[in-house]
Amino acid sequence: MYPPAFNYSAPTSVEEVLATLAKEGEGARVLAGGQSLIPMMKLRLASPSYLVDINDVDGLDYITDVNGHVAIGALVRHNDIVKSELIGSTNHAMTDAAPWIADPIVRNRGTVCGSIAHCDPEGDWNSVMLAARAEVVAQSAAGERVIPIDDFIVDFFTNSLEPGEIVKEVRVPKYTGRGGGAYVKLERKIGDYATVGVATQLELGDDGKIAKAGIAMTAVNSKNTRAAAAEQVLVGETPSDELFREAGNAAAQASEPETNVRGTEEWKREVVSVYTRRGLETALAQAQAQA
Amino acid sequence: MQINLTINGAEQSAEVEPRQLLVDYIRSTGNTGTHIGCDTTSCGACTVLVDGTPMKTCTMFAVQANGKTLTTVEGLKQNGELHPIQTAFKEKHGLQCGFCTPGMMLTSAALLEQNPDPSEDDVRWAISGNICRCTGYVNIVKAVQHAGELIREN
Repeated sequence: MYPPAFNYSAPTSVEEVLATLAKEGEGARVLAGGQSLIPMMKLRLASPSYLVDINDVDGLDYITDVNGHVAIGALVRHNDIVKSELIGSTNHAMTDAAPWIADPIVRNRGTVCGSIAHCDPEGDWNSVMLAARAEVVAQSAAGERVIPIDDFIVDFFTNSLEPGEIVKEVRVPKYTGRGGGAYVKLERKIGDYATVGVATQLELGDDGKIAKAGIAMTAVNSKNTRAAAAEQVLVGETPSDELFREAGNAAAQASEPETNVRGTEEWKREVVSVYTRRGLETALAQAQAQA
Repeated sequence: MQINLTINGAEQSAEVEPRQLLVDYIRSTGNTGTHIGCDTTSCGACTVLVDGTPMKTCTMFAVQANGKTLTTVEGLKQNGELHPIQTAFKEKHGLQCGFCTPGMMLTSAALLEQNPDPSEDDVRWAISGNICRCTGYVNIVKAVQHAGELIREN
């Protein structure tokens, strides 16, 4: 299968990337890992007139510890997250999710920031980013702006980037207290999209009560969706089985799954409820294990 | 566009259209051991090593390989000697129809570079992006572990 013809360049600096995007206009797209974009082009679901390949740009493959957050550059591959000790020691939900993205070969090439920008409601990273309350750094020739992930994800395959902007980095806040998280994913086989995925994150206060909660869902809405009501159930409360069941039910109510080849609507809601509870249990155990 | 790259130690240069898929370009150089299976990033038959890392070449453009060093199945044999993974696939009957075999061997060779003593789980996890439609996984896993033994003996 071949995409329609397009023009191509592979600049070696961010400045050149931005200048090329500005010059080529709305038909231009950034090519990073290409593990979603190229298949979509081959199926002619996307037909950019120009691809700006950023793979030759130096210095975009960083995972760094900055005040209060971990910064992940635009060329960090999924497999870099699998191997990252910094991520392993700072964000449990990312550590859980990374080995379940696509398959091992795709993970060598596909990027975290590309997946975030792609806004596929069946993609895993945006749920993890919602639970962690991450921020996306968008850069254009005019400068940089920092977009909360809730504002970045607009809808089905739609983000809030302006023409000429690229995702330069995603910033994942570190826990401020005792924290934990999980990503629980049901998939039919390696490489398939999630049937259901739930990202959870908890932080405990000194009194043992839940100080912060993040819950977001994959593949059960038209976009990755925060289960805000379920988070509200948790914040300020003492963790308990009953409380987590209540949060699971609230998350299920916020899901709007469709019956398809992967399962029925009713069953997927049930999975959301159970996976939310299980994720919270894991997150709590991790948080409590910290001194 | 002009591209220059190395395939199995041989320098190549060509004029390609940006939309030309890397797998088709590789096959056009005579390295037809690189197979086109699903053409949708699922099956792994088109896997080659790009600067040592397994990549699905149906999901890269040839222009993206400019300046890279590629190893296809034809490049596994060195100085007339089969690569241990090739010897092991032969000895352990790690193939039936053989269509997935080049991708399986390249993915496995990369695994063994990192971990010459993989457990069965390690192997199954590593090759989970390569599909064998004969479902001959049992002998493939045995072959990869045997290749590890051969590498460790040397």
